Amino acid sequence: MSALRLLAVAWYLQFKMILRSPFDGIGNVLYPLFFATTAFFVFRAGESPRTLIYASLGAAVMGMWSSVSTSAGSAMQRERWWGTLELLVAAPRHFALVLLPATLGLATVGIYNLVATLLWGRLLFGIDLTIEHPLLFALSILGTVLSFGGLGFLFAVSFVRFRAAWVLGNFFEYPVWLICGFLVPLSLLPSWVRPISWVLAPTWGMSAIRESALGGTPVPDLLLCLGLGAAYVVFGVLVTDRVLRAARQRGSLSLT
Amino acid sequence: MIVAARIFVVGGATSFRALWYWLTPWIYVPTMLVAPIFQILLFAYIGRSAQLESDEFYVIGNAIQYASIPCLFAMAQMIGGERFQNTLSAILVSPAPRIPLFFGRSLPVILNGAFVGAFALAAGSLILGVHLPASSLGPLALTILIAAFSCTGLGLMNGAVSLRIRENAVLNNVIFGFLLIFTGANVPLDALPGWMSTLAQGLPFTHAIEAARQLADGATLGEVKGLLGAELLIGAIYGIAGYVVLRWFESQSRRHATLERS
Repeated sequence: MSALRLLAVAWYLQFKMILRSPFDGIGNVLYPLFFATTAFFVFRAGESPRTLIYASLGAAVMGMWSSVSTSAGSAMQRERWWGTLELLVAAPRHFALVLLPATLGLATVGIYNLVATLLWGRLLFGIDLTIEHPLLFALSILGTVLSFGGLGFLFAVSFVRFRAAWVLGNFFEYPVWLICGFLVPLSLLPSWVRPISWVLAPTWGMSAIRESALGGTPVPDLLLCLGLGAAYVVFGVLVTDRVLRAARQRGSLSLT
Repeated sequence: MIVAARIFVVGGATSFRALWYWLTPWIYVPTMLVAPIFQILLFAYIGRSAQLESDEFYVIGNAIQYASIPCLFAMAQMIGGERFQNTLSAILVSPAPRIPLFFGRSLPVILNGAFVGAFALAAGSLILGVHLPASSLGPLALTILIAAFSCTGLGLMNGAVSLRIRENAVLNNVIFGFLLIFTGANVPLDALPGWMSTLAQGLPFTHAIEAARQLADGATLGEVKGLLGAELLIGAIYGIAGYVVLRWFESQSRRHATLERS
């Protein structure tokens, strides 16, 4: 119970900090809108039977991913720059309980991204989206946010040994946009790419959101998305323990 | 004259080398060489999904448009980086003539932007199997160089604005986004609303991308000289405007003692 309370309080704190950050709170919200606008124009001008609604949902989840990938990679680095990393590591609670809310906070901003993109599509391009299964749609968004937070957490702890961790976070923005079926159906990609897509939770989160909005069976996709998100967190905790043990042994925790 | 030349060459080279204090290969390779390839792949596959244009269209458009990343960010860093290192006031208090001081810092940025664009074009073409005629390679290289010049002019204006705003990274991304939509890199200009395609005529890259597509389709350099001339003119206008704004903000910063405000 106290762990949940810590998660909730830390998430709220991180969320407030993110909203006041010009880069995370404004830049990361605006930036994907440019890609969404480009995609809307491309789909509107194209001859594909895929509709603008398909593009609208894909572009909205692209925005959700942007808010996580760009900043989560350097979440642990940021604490290091601020000089708070040692204090947080020395705290009696497991460090994962402190770091996970940071990436969950970034993923939560993704909900704003999603809504903003859908509204942008509605107001500027007349994309009228009718949600077939509203409850499942809401659950799919929540599940996608949680799994994005889990993947961001794994990024944060995995990249900590790299001084340029923020670059790696940026680096994963385009590939995930490309191979997780946001705007490009997986069937168009080379067959060797698909297994990579299947182990990425955004693929299943995107599918769950699309199925619930357009009418389909989103539950299996949602469960896969949540399962992968939980696996990322478990794996991230193991990596955290290993990284912190190595940092303590080598005295490199504050290395910048 | 020799002093000005020294400031232009040595000052520009020193400033560019200072970028490498943090722009290590660990950062340069993913952001300047790998990311544009993924941008090309993303839009080429979106184009296939939407059944709009050929792979060649997206390879050329995105390779040239991505040159905006080094051009915009490096020019903004010209001010932001000096301020972060506490060297901005030392530079601006010096009696060095401003034209070679600022334009000298632009030259390495243009060359780097052209390299990034050319690398993306070559890599994107190889990966997607886009054939570029051998006769077009030289003119394409010149076109990319002109595009980088043009965007660096806009970057100089961006650098000037960095004297006034703190979050130039956000501004850089916003300008990058506008160039992505407006320049015809991914959306044919005739598919954009009229006001957008009209506005695009005054932006860097629009004419260079069009010229590069015509060259790839077999046009000669002479046939695209009008487009390249327009691109050069746009770059020069932005460069001059950037210089004027930079001098004005410099004067304002001195007057209001806001030079080191970050």
